[in-house]
Amino acid sequence: MKNKQKLVAAAAILVLLHLIIFFAGFVAPYNPASQNRDFPFAPPTRIHFVDTHGHLHFRPFVYQYTNRPDSFSEYVEVHEREYPIQFLAQGAGYKIAGFVPSSIHLFGIEGEAQIFLAGTDSFGRDQFSRILYGGQLSLAAGLLATAISLFLGLLVGCVSGFYGRWIDESAMRLVELFLVLPWLYFLLAVRSFLPLHISPVQAFFLLVGVIGTIGWARPARLIRGVVLSAKSRGYVLASRWFGASDFYILRRHVLPHTYGVLLTQAALLVPQYIVAEVTLSFLGLGLGEPAPSWGNLLANLQEYNVMASYWWMFAPALALVIVSFGYLKVANAIHEHLQSGSI
Amino acid sequence: MRYLERRMLHASFLLIAVSILCFAFSALAPGNFFDEMKLNPQISPATVAALRSQYGIDQPLPVRYGRWVKSLFSGEWGYSFAYNCPVKNLLLLRARNTLLLTAIATLMSWILAIPIGVWTASRRGRWEDRFTQAGTVFLLSTPELVLALLLLQWIVRTHALPAGGMLSVNFEELTFKSKLIDLLKHLMAPATVLVLASLPLLVRHVRASMIEVLQAPFIQAARAHGIGKATLLFRFALPAAANPLTSLLGFSVAGLLSGSLLVEVISGWPGLGPLLVEASMNRDVYVVVGAVMASTVFMIVGSIVADLLLLIVDPRVRTS
Repeated sequence: MKNKQKLVAAAAILVLLHLIIFFAGFVAPYNPASQNRDFPFAPPTRIHFVDTHGHLHFRPFVYQYTNRPDSFSEYVEVHEREYPIQFLAQGAGYKIAGFVPSSIHLFGIEGEAQIFLAGTDSFGRDQFSRILYGGQLSLAAGLLATAISLFLGLLVGCVSGFYGRWIDESAMRLVELFLVLPWLYFLLAVRSFLPLHISPVQAFFLLVGVIGTIGWARPARLIRGVVLSAKSRGYVLASRWFGASDFYILRRHVLPHTYGVLLTQAALLVPQYIVAEVTLSFLGLGLGEPAPSWGNLLANLQEYNVMASYWWMFAPALALVIVSFGYLKVANAIHEHLQSGSI
Repeated sequence: MRYLERRMLHASFLLIAVSILCFAFSALAPGNFFDEMKLNPQISPATVAALRSQYGIDQPLPVRYGRWVKSLFSGEWGYSFAYNCPVKNLLLLRARNTLLLTAIATLMSWILAIPIGVWTASRRGRWEDRFTQAGTVFLLSTPELVLALLLLQWIVRTHALPAGGMLSVNFEELTFKSKLIDLLKHLMAPATVLVLASLPLLVRHVRASMIEVLQAPFIQAARAHGIGKATLLFRFALPAAANPLTSLLGFSVAGLLSGSLLVEVISGWPGLGPLLVEASMNRDVYVVVGAVMASTVFMIVGSIVADLLLLIVDPRVRTS
């Protein structure tokens, strides 16, 4: 029972994370592309409860920032006026899930002051908004690539486990080949053979396709094992004697056994593939500007002075770690749950 | 020895298959190294065509593959367009550096992982164990990229270690001892990241297989005989737990190799990683193929070494 609670808790956190990123337009206070050329590399805005006169405010507020005289990208607060944080505030327009237009944001500031929860980048773009929007691309890449890998793995695993003989033999040789490939090197190599300068949409699907197709081998081998053990069970043999077709047996009796492996593999593969996208984009071979992704947000850190001076540029890394952590917890919980009994 | 021969044969088949796969993918490339030149008005199309035929890129895929195999045997391993030299010279140097880094990182992470895993297994469920478990979960969910960037930021801020490269500028003037120290200092940052990244998985596996062994009857019997705790753990339990761990060695080499690619790029270690990234940008096809092949060789050698170790460690495998 305790395992099940753990699983539910971990899955709930993960679902919440995905919802936040899915509704990035609502949670993010600004448009990820809108620039504030006067505020490059502004640090995270401080949120106050107590004003300069010592009065306690129930509604948290921020001060407006201004450039410190004779300096570049150093800012001081202007203590003239408090700007309370408005919840469900009106702001820049966006589309919920890409369809429904809306302009209500979870929080925002009215007036000249701005709120940058994770600071700004070199163009003065709000990093917090960019991380949320970037998460959409990075998570979508991870999820789609996982779907491709698992689909290919399921296909090869089922066919080779179920039909056996030379099909099995040749499929397993292919699996060995892909398992011995150092996948990141191969990923980079394959990416290098494909066109470099392409539109962001093309780049996204190309990346997802390449990442997903390379990783099919391990799920295929695991699923083959499950199929092998499932197809020799009594009720499968019985249904075959009753004249059930191969497809019926696969769908009705064999597939349900693979769900456990599929779930565990999915929970392991998604963070791995998100990191793969981040890696390629970090190296400049993945998704490029202006569309934000966690990889090209982190790529800002390739400049030494950015890395050394502006610690808030590490914020995308935190998002990456949190999501990986969530998936790891879910994978562990599923694993323990499967070992303690059936799903 | 028959076994080793069979493994070698298998490995060479795998290598051939990987090379064919690489070439097959390279045929997908819509552009090549000389395409950039077409944009330059000072280079005539005839020159580009001449260069293409000189390097043999205009040939069909099987011919290119045949030429590449031929150059393997003549000791060139293909030709780098960007560096204008045979790939072999480039690759050997870079592969040596990657080998140095990953070998040291592998060694260090095992040296650390075994005592930590054994210790936490023996204190299962207590606060030390829980603390270590939480640490491994945290490290597991932090990608190498993030670890490397954080460490590099610390180095850039504190100047505690050299930030990037493999040797100092004045390396040639140093005495042997200070040369070694210089190399180790440069090695420290990338190796630390790799160790931190591979440690959690190893610790978890060592702990899990130790816990399994510690419940076995022969351990209970040994404990009942009054054998000391250290002897019990390291002399009795660890060898019995070693079987699943040796096969993990192959995996850990794989993880370290893909990890080292990024770490090398970030910390400026002149290994295969930066070479591959650079060659990918330039579409320097033969260097890309060479780098992938070299890393595949590392992977295969790693798994063969793991299997040989298994032969030594587990008598049951030897007799069967």
